[in-house]
Amino acid sequence: MAPAVGLIGWFVYGFVLWTLYISFTNSKILPKYELWGVGQYVKLWGSRKWLIAVDNLLIFTALFLIFCVVIGIILAIFLDQKIRAEGVLRTIYLYPMALSFIVTGTAWKWILNPTLGIQKMFIDWGFENFTFDWLVNREMAIYTIVIAGVWQSAGFVMALFLAGLRSVEDEIVKAAKIDGANLFTVYWKILLPMMRPVFFTSFVILVHISIKSYDLIVALTQGGPGISTTMPALYMTQTAFHKSQVGLSAASAMMMFMAVAAVIIPYLYSELRRENAR
Amino acid sequence: MQDKTHSSYKQLEQKSKYTNMFLRWFLYFVLVIFALYFIFPLYVMVVTSLKTMEEIRQGTLLTWPSGLNFDSWLVAWGGRGYGAGDTFLKPYFWNSIKMVVPAVFFSTFIGAMAGYVLTKWRFKGDKWVFLFLLFGCFIPYQAILLPMARTLGVLGISNSVIGLVLVHTVYGIPFTTLFFRNFYVSIPSELVKAARIDGAGFFKIFFKILLPVSTPIIVVTIIWQFTQIWNDFLFGSTFSFGEAAPIQVALNNMVLSSTSVKEYNVDMASAIIAGIPTLIVYVLAGKYFIRGLTSGAVKG
Repeated sequence: MAPAVGLIGWFVYGFVLWTLYISFTNSKILPKYELWGVGQYVKLWGSRKWLIAVDNLLIFTALFLIFCVVIGIILAIFLDQKIRAEGVLRTIYLYPMALSFIVTGTAWKWILNPTLGIQKMFIDWGFENFTFDWLVNREMAIYTIVIAGVWQSAGFVMALFLAGLRSVEDEIVKAAKIDGANLFTVYWKILLPMMRPVFFTSFVILVHISIKSYDLIVALTQGGPGISTTMPALYMTQTAFHKSQVGLSAASAMMMFMAVAAVIIPYLYSELRRENAR
Repeated sequence: MQDKTHSSYKQLEQKSKYTNMFLRWFLYFVLVIFALYFIFPLYVMVVTSLKTMEEIRQGTLLTWPSGLNFDSWLVAWGGRGYGAGDTFLKPYFWNSIKMVVPAVFFSTFIGAMAGYVLTKWRFKGDKWVFLFLLFGCFIPYQAILLPMARTLGVLGISNSVIGLVLVHTVYGIPFTTLFFRNFYVSIPSELVKAARIDGAGFFKIFFKILLPVSTPIIVVTIIWQFTQIWNDFLFGSTFSFGEAAPIQVALNNMVLSSTSVKEYNVDMASAIIAGIPTLIVYVLAGKYFIRGLTSGAVKG
């Protein structure tokens, strides 16, 4: 026990506090320890790149959440209908979770590249004016990250909802059917409202994945074209390790930390309360 | 009268049979479409890796390769055999193995111990300690990268496999503790109490009573940790470069280094090589993988 608490205390909490402290200093390449006030935060929120990163994060999070949850629920409900080959289908929907974002990002980068990828496929099929250049288009590149991200994580939401649906007692569904409810009503009015905790869990996990998303962007766009697909996690590492602005990057890391904490702490608190109630 | 209702009932039954059949077809149709969408990138990866660059330029993403041509796999794994600038995955694959095995072992062991204490040697405030550890699952690692880089430097293990083992062990503990704690909570404490009365010590109880029944959760934990650590890119790319890099970092460098002509077939073969260990584990032990995934999310 002691080793676990000690290691986490030092390497998680101690380190976060260190980062917090550094974010209030004027550290460049090497950390300096005299306090400098909130200058780094002022600089951060005045930086165009950071604002683009936050903007991208909001777009990505919203779309990522919506698509993952909708696809996940559809797949879970459909798979719940005594489907033949359910095991095989489930395996297919979930396998992206076993792969790294670098592996899948490499694949998507190849699929989405305009010269030899999907665009060429459609042109060769006779759609001569077909264009699909999102990957190299400043305005659209962020949506390619959504496509790859949803592809990777939708199966996870499916697994959560399938587990949730399977834990509902058959009696409830049977009783509703005897009362004349059709399948649609059963799901819409009875089962989905019962899945509130699963919605909540999916929301927390997906938001937290999207705030932390880093690998996928590195593999797919490196934040480009230009800086159009920068996200906070990428901003932080670039500022720290390429631009050597340690203080500024610490400030951006703390912003990320607070965003995650704002979502996670209420979640952990409610989970703990639920467990205590049992 | 009697007859009429009977026939209309039959009609109704017939009709609902048709709608039912239509619904079933619709169901399978949607499920298969999604299956194709999920399979598509993997299919493209595999066929592209088996083509020559000439075939790639002439066909489309979906075109079947002309034959089983593993040349790009050999290049991805072992290089082209000329000196400078010839990057290939083999040494990095071994780096990853050397990193994963000890990191999985240590994090699993420490997590098992912590889970054991939290459930069987309960103390005042243990819930808070659990919460304290659990929060570590979620912190954005950006908030610890800078001090970690300094610490590894001070310890003299920056840019080394040992450094990465330390990092992955430490940040794996919250997950492994969560798994074991949730597993041990469901094991009756009476046995432990009885053993304690008989004078069995802390370690003896763990090894004689809990460990023998822990196989499923050990499997879940090992698979989870293996997948996470093998797939990690953030720590690997921050704390190592050059020769000490793990495979994901090497893959990314290979794909990004566009010195001459882009060889997509080699890129795809490299991506498959980097992904195959976790994919095999997933196919063989999917049940345990999913259990890890869902219990990583649904606590208690």
